[in-house]
Amino acid sequence: MQERTKKKWVALFVGPASLVVGLMLLYPSIQTFILSFFGPDSEQFVGIQNYIYAFTNETMLISFRNNLMWLIFMTSFTVGLGLLFAILSDRVKYEKIAKSIIFMPMAISFVGAGVVWKFVYTYRPPGSEQIGLLNQILTSLGMDPIGWMIQGPWINNLALIFVGIWMWTGFCMVILSASYKGIPKDQIEAAKVDGATEWQVFRFVIFPYMKSTIAVVATTMVVNVLKIFDIVYVMTNGNFRTEVIANRMYKEMFQYRNFGRASAIAVVLFILIVPVIIANIKRMRGEQNE
Amino acid sequence: MKGKISTGLTLVLLASLLLFSLPAAAQDGTVTVMGVWGGGELDAFNKMVEPFEQASGIEVQYEGTRDLPTLLTTRLEAGNPPDIVAVSGPGMMMDLADDGDLINLENVYNMNYIREDFDEKWVDLATYNDGMYALAFAADVKSLVWYNPNVFEEYGYEVPETWEEMDQLAQQMQEDGISPWAIGLESGAASGWPGTDWIEDIMLRTTDPETYDQWVAHDIPWTDERIKNAFEIFGEYAKNPDMVYGGPTAVLSTNFGDAPNALFTDPPRAGLHRQASFITSFIKDNNPELEAGEDFDFFPLPAIDEEYGKPALGAADMLSMLNDNQEARQFMKYMATPGAQSIWLSELGKLGTHNRINPNVYPDNITRKMAAFLNEAETFRFDASDSMPASIGSGAFWQGILDYVSGQNLDGVLEKIEENADDAYSSGEATN
Repeated sequence: MQERTKKKWVALFVGPASLVVGLMLLYPSIQTFILSFFGPDSEQFVGIQNYIYAFTNETMLISFRNNLMWLIFMTSFTVGLGLLFAILSDRVKYEKIAKSIIFMPMAISFVGAGVVWKFVYTYRPPGSEQIGLLNQILTSLGMDPIGWMIQGPWINNLALIFVGIWMWTGFCMVILSASYKGIPKDQIEAAKVDGATEWQVFRFVIFPYMKSTIAVVATTMVVNVLKIFDIVYVMTNGNFRTEVIANRMYKEMFQYRNFGRASAIAVVLFILIVPVIIANIKRMRGEQNE
Repeated sequence: MKGKISTGLTLVLLASLLLFSLPAAAQDGTVTVMGVWGGGELDAFNKMVEPFEQASGIEVQYEGTRDLPTLLTTRLEAGNPPDIVAVSGPGMMMDLADDGDLINLENVYNMNYIREDFDEKWVDLATYNDGMYALAFAADVKSLVWYNPNVFEEYGYEVPETWEEMDQLAQQMQEDGISPWAIGLESGAASGWPGTDWIEDIMLRTTDPETYDQWVAHDIPWTDERIKNAFEIFGEYAKNPDMVYGGPTAVLSTNFGDAPNALFTDPPRAGLHRQASFITSFIKDNNPELEAGEDFDFFPLPAIDEEYGKPALGAADMLSMLNDNQEARQFMKYMATPGAQSIWLSELGKLGTHNRINPNVYPDNITRKMAAFLNEAETFRFDASDSMPASIGSGAFWQGILDYVSGQNLDGVLEKIEENADDAYSSGEATN
């Protein structure tokens, strides 16, 4: 009797949640997986043709390369700079103002940031008045303006990635700063008294304390970067070899109406993110057991 | 009490059933028209059908949707199509005609009158498999080159009549320190499309219209010499820093709406700009002090090969008939009159297809000049990229333009479009 009541209670609490998750997450995922084996209008079974496309098409390969570039540069810079700002800002009097300024881009939407930076990068031919901030600076230094969004593969991709870094460094900083402030100050001082250098303090005292937070922030950033879409869509729409996986998926789905290919790309993206999620869950479980 | 409530409910139900089923059922005295028009276009449409409704007593029920192909397919499958549909172009007309959904208008109109009233190119545009399946009642034109008449006067330039004259003019401009052309391909997520118009105009001027149609239908591959040739001619302008203001980097990063601004600086930075009629609104927005016809004007893009003349590239408003009934027939006949078209033209600044349109209905001289050009043109063709499957016409083709201008190898660019086209067209690979 008691066991049955307990089960009822469990069902009452877990039921609605699993229903929502099943309906909103599980069902679409499975549906997407199934659709990825069908043609553009989801009527004809085409086997793994869509996957062959996803891994052999030239634009798709460029997308993979660019996503890797985003992954390396954006994750390392947002987390690295976030950590640096978190530790440095702790030592100055105007900490709050400095942190607010760095955090502020977070409040802008991706699309808004894309539009703002599109203006910053604007190119006008030499000789005419530059309306882009960066090229105005270049021309007033006597240099030729640069087509920031046009010249690839490094300049335009890094210019786009910079926008992402500009937006997300604040987020990393805030979380890392909270974790940094949780480190008992007497330990840092004890290390200093024992003659540890700044680097040694960071390496052997601060870093071990912040390790798990850094891991959380880094995985969040990895997932964010893999899904990157808005900035690229607004600023170059993937032209000039700046395509990324998510933008390709959007184009196949909503512009070319090829449900099969879009689904296959979605599945690939999903599979890429899964290991990161698993690592995250494993680590969280490990922490709970400690 | 309970009985009363249920009777009441039944009555309400019945009434609502009746109400909601009314518009769907084809009935005497109404004609249903499906189109994509909204806003100003819808107002113009309503004005246009008002005299018809008053004279005939037939009510025109308009059904507007932005997603016309989907809705039309649904209605056709349900066996309840509208009487008339505004098709998006010859491609859609042919698809519907293939499915046997369209009424052959040769049985509706007296074709002798139609051939008298409409130039051959309009009948030609709507003719498919020995039948006429649409009425082109208005058009827009894209094959225009814009220039600044004040600059032409100041430097003593002449409006060129032929492609050679245009290139000579370009040389003259270079000597005067003016870049001959202003081109802007940037258009947000649609970047590249202004280049497709260039290619289409060049195609029409270097091959016959039949080849153009084959290209649109992907009966010839993108790697065909004639298509490659069109890209190369475009490249002579868009990729050449001596020919285009700012060189390829400026071409790729300039917004299409801002591109003509280079014509109106002092001193002028560029001399010529090829763009459709709608660019006038961008010119006026960016430079409110300019007067159409005085400060900016156009000439038709000259012929490259005299054999193919000066064809007009553009779009047309076309009506097709799905149900053969008296009301629909009367409406189609009304739409073939200069009176009906004049209202549409004067409201929207579009160009007429009927031979007896009074030029006074056009809002300004520039529009009158466009109408004259369109009238004289022997060939009219729809914008090719708009008639291709989306993944080509608004995908690989746009992308190909940008890739080519940004310096990629042309053969590689065309092969990439061809690869995409092979699986985008339901007809499969090009046969020729």
